[in-house]
Amino acid sequence: MTLNDIMFYLFAGSILTFSLLTVTSRRILRSAVYLLFVLVSTAGIYFMLNYNFLAAVQLTVYAGGIIVLIIFSILLTSHVSEKAVVAPVKQQIFSALAVAAGAVLTILTIFKFAFSPSVSPAVEANVKNVGRALVSYNRDGFALPFEVISILLLAAMVGAIVLAKKEKNPENIEKQTKL
Amino acid sequence: MGFNIYDFSGMTHNMHLWFMERMSPTATTIVEWTVIGVSYMLFVALFGLFLVYAERKVCAAFQQRLGPMRVGLWGLLQTIADFVKLLMKELIMPKSADKFLYNLAPFIVMIATFLAMAVLPFAKGLQTLDFDIGIFYVTAVSSVGVIGILLAGWSSNNKYSLIGAMRSGAQILSYELSVSLSLVTIIILAGSMQLSVIVESQRDSWFLFKGHIPSLIAFVIFLIAGTAETNRGPFDLAEAESELTAGFHTEYSGIKFAFFFLAEYINMFIVAAMATTVFLGGWMPLHFGSIESFNHVMDFIPPLVWFFMKVCGVIFLIMWFKWTFPRLRVDQILTLEWKYLLPINLVNILLMCLVVLTKFHL
Repeated sequence: MTLNDIMFYLFAGSILTFSLLTVTSRRILRSAVYLLFVLVSTAGIYFMLNYNFLAAVQLTVYAGGIIVLIIFSILLTSHVSEKAVVAPVKQQIFSALAVAAGAVLTILTIFKFAFSPSVSPAVEANVKNVGRALVSYNRDGFALPFEVISILLLAAMVGAIVLAKKEKNPENIEKQTKL
Repeated sequence: MGFNIYDFSGMTHNMHLWFMERMSPTATTIVEWTVIGVSYMLFVALFGLFLVYAERKVCAAFQQRLGPMRVGLWGLLQTIADFVKLLMKELIMPKSADKFLYNLAPFIVMIATFLAMAVLPFAKGLQTLDFDIGIFYVTAVSSVGVIGILLAGWSSNNKYSLIGAMRSGAQILSYELSVSLSLVTIIILAGSMQLSVIVESQRDSWFLFKGHIPSLIAFVIFLIAGTAETNRGPFDLAEAESELTAGFHTEYSGIKFAFFFLAEYINMFIVAAMATTVFLGGWMPLHFGSIESFNHVMDFIPPLVWFFMKVCGVIFLIMWFKWTFPRLRVDQILTLEWKYLLPINLVNILLMCLVVLTKFHL
């Protein structure tokens, strides 16, 4: 067994263990931290594959962005001593069945797919190549996903503003000025 | 083993060959990991101690005092004595804290710091990892550090800690934008995110001078946002001692407190090192166009000395901020970022694109 294999099994093992812990922990912030470990281990596998760009994206977007947001919202809403209630047995059985079905489906798909090693040489991830890929609409271009994601972001921002905006009720303003 | 203070790549290569002759490739890799790991840990410990000493002396100078003078010559051994004291202190565990997260938090902060340090080029050939996305990697891993601060504040089960953590979270999340965007400005000029390429392309003139005004604006924004990222004064309201006792690390003692303390100082070093590498030419000597004799004299100073001279200069500037400006309020901090720095930054990127497209840069 080479060092690469050992590293892979280390990462894979930690992904599996912490994924399980994420869903079984009864303390919500611990779940979030286990999820962080899962995401960081995934980034580790990307680094092993020399896919540095995706690994760094994984770290910024998931570990540095989403997990921080999750932790931040937990910080605002829950207390250290809170524990999630244990779900009733019926619910546990049905969720276990659903999870098992999903796992079987995924594993079957992976085994059915014929993975073929890529023969094309690696593209250097310099600014020019990344920029070209983002705006080109050819086979390797990302113009469409880029635009779709920006529409999604715009929708999310509009939604956030609508939710956060207070009603312009003259009574409310009066109350606030009194406070 | 050849030793050349101007180029370390020969030395590291020879060391690798020396190990390979005597051991199996696997053993070589493990030994090299250990050597690199130990040298990074030693560097963090020693440079951290130096920075604490420097901070106390700089602070004293600004307040017309002498600072530590009694332990050793000019108090040089003061921080070492402090560190020994911290090592031997009792580790107090708050009774109602979440023990797992409470113990984990300092390590997350420390790990993020070490990860960010891995790509810094100290001198020619003295760089552990040279990713083609170097700058992006630094911003990615340093964004993980804030999780440690948030966890520390929440798991301590203390109101002051929680408020400190939330302030620090809001602040770091906002200022990360400015740090990355000011670096993007320079990426446009350099055309690469690889740190060794960025240093190499500053051989004739530093990016601070090459990019004219947009570079200068980006440098100033990077310094402001970098100071905020490290939770240092005037942006230190996450640990504002007059209102929150000590903020997110109120409940920590002994070596766990020292971890937060050390990580803060090493993060300051990382900000200074990034400013040096990206704006001030990294380990490249100072060159002025065609003044041959001057350039030649500058070439005699080894790159390692250049790097640390520039880094210490930037660190002095950051310390200067802390001891001159009063602490900002939380709303002022967010206003500064979202209403001033961010729009200026976006316009600045456009300006830099114009400069690069018209080939106006040197």
